[in-house]
Amino acid sequence: MIDREEVKKVANLARLDITSEEEEQFTTQLNSILDYFDQLSELDTEDVAPTTRAIETSNITRTDTLKPFPDKQALLDSAPEQEDDYFRVPKIMASN
Amino acid sequence: MTTAAPAKTEYEAVIGLETHCQLNTETKIFSSESTKFDPDNPNTNVSPICLGYPGVLPVLNEKVLEYAVKACLAINCQVAPYSKFDRKQYFYPDLPKNYQISQFDLPIGEHGWIEIEIAENPKAEPIRKKIGITRLHMEEDAGKLNHGGSDRLDGSTYSLVDFNRAGIPLVEIVSEPDLRTGKEAAEYAQELRRIMLYLGISDGKMQEGSLRCDVNISVRPVGQKEFGTKVEIKNMNSFSAIQKAIDYEIERQVEAIANDEPIYQETRLWDEGSQRTKSMRLKEGSSDYRYFPEPDLPPIEVSPEQLETWKAELPELPIAKRHRYQADYGLSAYDIRILTDDRALAEYFEAAISTGVDGKQVANWLIGDIAAYLKNNNLKIDEIALKPEILAELVGLISKGTISGKIAKDILPELLTKGGSAKELVEKKGLIQISDTGEIEKIIDEVLAAHPDELEKFRNGKTKLRGFFVGQVMKKSGGKADPKLTNQLLGKKLQG
Repeated sequence: MIDREEVKKVANLARLDITSEEEEQFTTQLNSILDYFDQLSELDTEDVAPTTRAIETSNITRTDTLKPFPDKQALLDSAPEQEDDYFRVPKIMASN
Repeated sequence: MTTAAPAKTEYEAVIGLETHCQLNTETKIFSSESTKFDPDNPNTNVSPICLGYPGVLPVLNEKVLEYAVKACLAINCQVAPYSKFDRKQYFYPDLPKNYQISQFDLPIGEHGWIEIEIAENPKAEPIRKKIGITRLHMEEDAGKLNHGGSDRLDGSTYSLVDFNRAGIPLVEIVSEPDLRTGKEAAEYAQELRRIMLYLGISDGKMQEGSLRCDVNISVRPVGQKEFGTKVEIKNMNSFSAIQKAIDYEIERQVEAIANDEPIYQETRLWDEGSQRTKSMRLKEGSSDYRYFPEPDLPPIEVSPEQLETWKAELPELPIAKRHRYQADYGLSAYDIRILTDDRALAEYFEAAISTGVDGKQVANWLIGDIAAYLKNNNLKIDEIALKPEILAELVGLISKGTISGKIAKDILPELLTKGGSAKELVEKKGLIQISDTGEIEKIIDEVLAAHPDELEKFRNGKTKLRGFFVGQVMKKSGGKADPKLTNQLLGKKLQG
């Protein structure tokens, strides 16, 4: 079960500004999703090792070889704001 | 009559360090652009991967894994047979994806230790202490912020972000809270740096931020088991700053406790200008990073065979060198520390003494005249023309009595800049030591005859003048007279 306080906390961590109607709505919706998944707990997993991913693969690496990305400008241009060769972001901290 | 004051409470500090080391790979941890330090050209070493554009796939750089495992082995960590990456979520403009790819519950290494040496002063016999390492994990670095409108974050109206550093590979090494003083912490950080440099996996430049230390510190009355309130200190960019910041903080916290003032759980910044720590932000409970496994990166399984291969590639590490030098060469702890501080210097020393010459003599030259020359000319030991076998030759010439130490000192500059054989240079310049009694006596007679006044004063008790005569004889012989023999013969002649 997830309560309204938990929903508020998660919204805050995700920097989401939600209304009190949405708090109510998401609490109900998230609970129904969690209930749905909770059916899995009916299974006996006593002898099953925990898994973090569905595909059995490991050690995928690449060589340490330089392959610079050719179009830096396109990357900068994708940002909402830029200044010279920097990404520009709004004020980070409120002054106090 | 005075009554005994209550015993003053003794406090001890409990200190742990979190150290971030940039690995000196060619390319970033999960993408193929350069890791070059290039603050003048912002956002040149970037790609959709390190900027976290949608639909991209990070792939681990194999060198990062190799370097991290070697670092684990060098600090005595157990290398995890199964390890994985996780996403650490937080919002800050230097973090383009809004999460950092790091390692949470299955780091590549755990349960290690390193040994540090603490000496009261450089010449004192050091005390050795083992410092536990909780863990070592791999992660990506964040970008760099420049704050606009003010040089301080809180006064700025906007910020500019350079992501050249985003995605540079890091290992974070977390120590156990085993450190007790600023000096121990600084020594611990230096030993870690030394190990990284020996391994050749990081350049360890604190000024450029490739080695960064955050300190966790609390104080408690001696004997108390529970820890006091923990404060984090950041922003030290030298080893001496680490030491000073900790010493300052210990004093501040002890004073606060003595005055019944609260200590807040907070992050403080070391301010180099005022030599104080200043509160940056209070920590309200522990941060909620909502770690979860990074779905884009498969787990890492280091096989026992791979581990053995990497282990075999490790160089002899500083601790092993220190112990071996002490056992084998009878050098002082001070000499050993200087020689082993830099791997290249240690290897130079070892190459020189492999010819069989006296280790102490070689050490003296390296720590004295040669170190001074390197410092004055801003050179490294492997950048000089004087090769180890020539230094050995020079030392050999002195111990055989072919030349005096003084002559060796005189010809050293030429050997340092031009190289070549010490023996040939001595022969070419006709600098072979005069060890013939008759020849030296002749020079002494001439010197005494040339300075009748001084001789009279000497014989009337001004025995300090002996040094003057030695100097004259050496000068007249062009520095070639055997100093020991000269002293002996002069002694007799002066008595008349």
